[in-house]
Amino acid sequence: MSTVMDVQAVYTLIDSLKSDGYEVVGPRLRDKALGYVAGTNGSDLPAGLGDDQSPGNYRTRDRGDGALFGFRSSPQSWRRWIFPPNAEVWSARRDNDSFVVDTSAPDSMKVAVIGARACDVAALTIQDKVFLDGQFQDPAYKARRENLLIVAVNCSLDADSNTCFCASMGTGPRVQAGHDIALTEIIEGDKHYFVADAQTDEGSRILEGISGAPAGTDEVAAADSAISNVADSMGRKVDADGLPELMNESYESPRWTVVGERCLSCTSCTMVCPTCFCTNIEDSGDLNGVATRTRSWDSCFTLRHSHIHGGAIRNTNKARYRQWAIHKMGTWQEQFGTSGCVGCGRCITWCPSGIDITEEVTAIREEA
Amino acid sequence: MSEAAAKPTLAVWKFSSCDGCQLSILDLEEELLDIVGAVEIAYFPEMTRAVVKGPYDVSLVEGSVTTPEEAERIAEIRENSKILITLGACAVAGGIQALRNFDGADAHAWVPTVYAHPEYISTLSTSTAISDHIDIQGSVQGCPPNKYHLLELIGSLVWGRTPNLPTHSQCLDCKVKGNVCVLVAHGTPCLGPVTRAGCGSVCPSYHRGCYGCHGPAETPNMDALTTRWRSLGVAEDDIVRGRRMFYAWDPGFVGPGEEHHKQPAAETTRGQGSI
Repeated sequence: MSTVMDVQAVYTLIDSLKSDGYEVVGPRLRDKALGYVAGTNGSDLPAGLGDDQSPGNYRTRDRGDGALFGFRSSPQSWRRWIFPPNAEVWSARRDNDSFVVDTSAPDSMKVAVIGARACDVAALTIQDKVFLDGQFQDPAYKARRENLLIVAVNCSLDADSNTCFCASMGTGPRVQAGHDIALTEIIEGDKHYFVADAQTDEGSRILEGISGAPAGTDEVAAADSAISNVADSMGRKVDADGLPELMNESYESPRWTVVGERCLSCTSCTMVCPTCFCTNIEDSGDLNGVATRTRSWDSCFTLRHSHIHGGAIRNTNKARYRQWAIHKMGTWQEQFGTSGCVGCGRCITWCPSGIDITEEVTAIREEA
Repeated sequence: MSEAAAKPTLAVWKFSSCDGCQLSILDLEEELLDIVGAVEIAYFPEMTRAVVKGPYDVSLVEGSVTTPEEAERIAEIRENSKILITLGACAVAGGIQALRNFDGADAHAWVPTVYAHPEYISTLSTSTAISDHIDIQGSVQGCPPNKYHLLELIGSLVWGRTPNLPTHSQCLDCKVKGNVCVLVAHGTPCLGPVTRAGCGSVCPSYHRGCYGCHGPAETPNMDALTTRWRSLGVAEDDIVRGRRMFYAWDPGFVGPGEEHHKQPAAETTRGQGSI
C-alpha cells in the first residue's frame, strides 16, 4: 500500500536510516554536478537543482520548484559502493623460508542509497549476474550487496529526458525490481509530495517509522501519470528489436571506422557505465618483501585489456569501440541473458567527443 | 638479494633538466631507508658525495640532450650501465626545452639575448630524448614523475619483475577518484583524454584542465580532442600552446595536419650504445 510523504518526511527517512546504522549515499551538488556522495543528510539533497545533458555536455540549472530529486543521470552511478574502484584481494609477506597470506574479511558496512534511479537499480541486478550468478561468487561483492538498502526514486519530473533512453531498454523510468523502497516525487502547483512504496520487509519496517498518510487514488494516479509521461516523451531511444543479432552481424560495418575516428579511447564511457564490470588484477611487491594483489576498475578501451601473448589484439580505437558496443548491446545477452545497456545515457553525456551510442546503433541498423 | 654484497648498484644521471625528477626520488622520504637497504647508491650527486666506480647495474637518466658534450656523455653512460631507464618528460621526449625544435625557433639566435657571454655557450639546435641517442630499457613518465612510480620501478628492478606503471588515459583515473569531468561539466579545455595517467589526477581535482604533464597516453587521438577543444571555442593558437608544454616534442602530442620533427639526425649518436 502506498503512502504519501512530504519533504520533511524524506529528511526523517534519511535520519532514520542513519540511526539504523546505514552509511547514506545520496545526491548532492559537488564540483558543479549532481552526483552521489556518502554521508548524505536531508539538507544535502539538491533541492531545486536540475541538470541539462547532451552528448559531451553537462550543466546544472535552477529548476525553481524545490524538487529534491529533480536531476537525471548522475556523473557516475553509485556502483562504487558495491564494486569499489580499487580493492586489495590479498597480500603476502615473507616468514623465514615460507610466506604468509593475509586476506581481509569482506566489508560489512551497511550502505543505503537514496535517490537511486530505475536504470541504476536495473544495472545492479545485471552486475549481480556477473558477480554472483556464475560458477564463482565474489565474496566481497556478496557481502556489500547483502548490506545494501535501496531507496529508489522513479523518474517523474522531467519530460525531456536529454540523453536518457531507459524506456526503450525496458529498465525505467519506473523502478522495477531490486529496490527496498520506491518514491515518486510530485510537484503540482504548491503541492509537493512523495508517493512511497515498500518492496521488501526491510523497506516496510523503515517506512512504518516515517510519518505519512495512506495515498489516495488521486495521488497514486498522479504518480503513475507523471512516470508514464516521462516514458512517453523520452526522445532518445534504441530500437531493441533483434538488437543482439544486429550487433553480432555488424562486424564489417563501415560505421565503426567513422566512430573510431571520434573515439578517444579515454575509457570514460566504461567508467561511468553502471553495468561495466571489467577489472585489472595487479601484483606488486614492496622493498620489504610484502606482495599485494589489487583489483582495480579497468576498461576494454585500454591496450592491456586485450593484451595476450605477443601484444594487444585490439590496437585501434575502432576495434575497441566496436568491441565495447557489440558486447554491451549484443553479446551480453548471450553471456548473461540480458542486455548490457540500461539506457542511463551516461556514456553519451560523459564522452568528451560526444559519441552517442543510440545514434551509432541507429546508423548500423540503417546500413544493415 | 639475501646478501648485502649482492645489492645492485644504482646510478642517477642528470642531463638538461630542472632536477625535479631527482628530487622526486629524494621526496620518497619515508622509503629512502628501504631503498638504500635494497640497492647501493653508487652515483647520485644530488643525494650523496660518495661515488662508486662503474659499471652500474641500473642507471636512471634525467634530462634531455641539448649540448654536444651531453651527446657524448650519454653514450659513455650507456656503455657503463646494464639497465638504463629514462626519467621524466625531458629524458623521454626532450622536455619543454624542445620548443627550440619547432620551425621558426632558433636556439643559436636566442643565446646572445639570454647570456652575457654567449661565447661560453655551446648548444645544439635541438633538445632531444635520451632514446634518440641510445637504446634504453624503459621509462618513467611525468614532469616530474610520480615518486611512487619511481619506488615501483626500483622495487621491480630489485625483485626482477615488470613494473606496474600506467599507460592508460587520465580519464580513467579521474573517474576512479570520483572527479566530475571538467571538460564535460565545466567546458574547461582538458588534455586528460589523450594524456597518460599517473599524476594522481592533480589538476582536474582542483577544477583545472589537465595539461599533459605525464605525456601522451598509449593511443592518443589528438585529432578528436582538437575537434572538441574547437567546439569549446578555444582559439587555434591556444590549442597549439595547450599541447606544446612539457611533452611538446612527443609524437603523441602532434596536432592534426601538423608536420612533426625536423629530425636532428646529424646530431644524434643513436645506436652506439650497448646493453
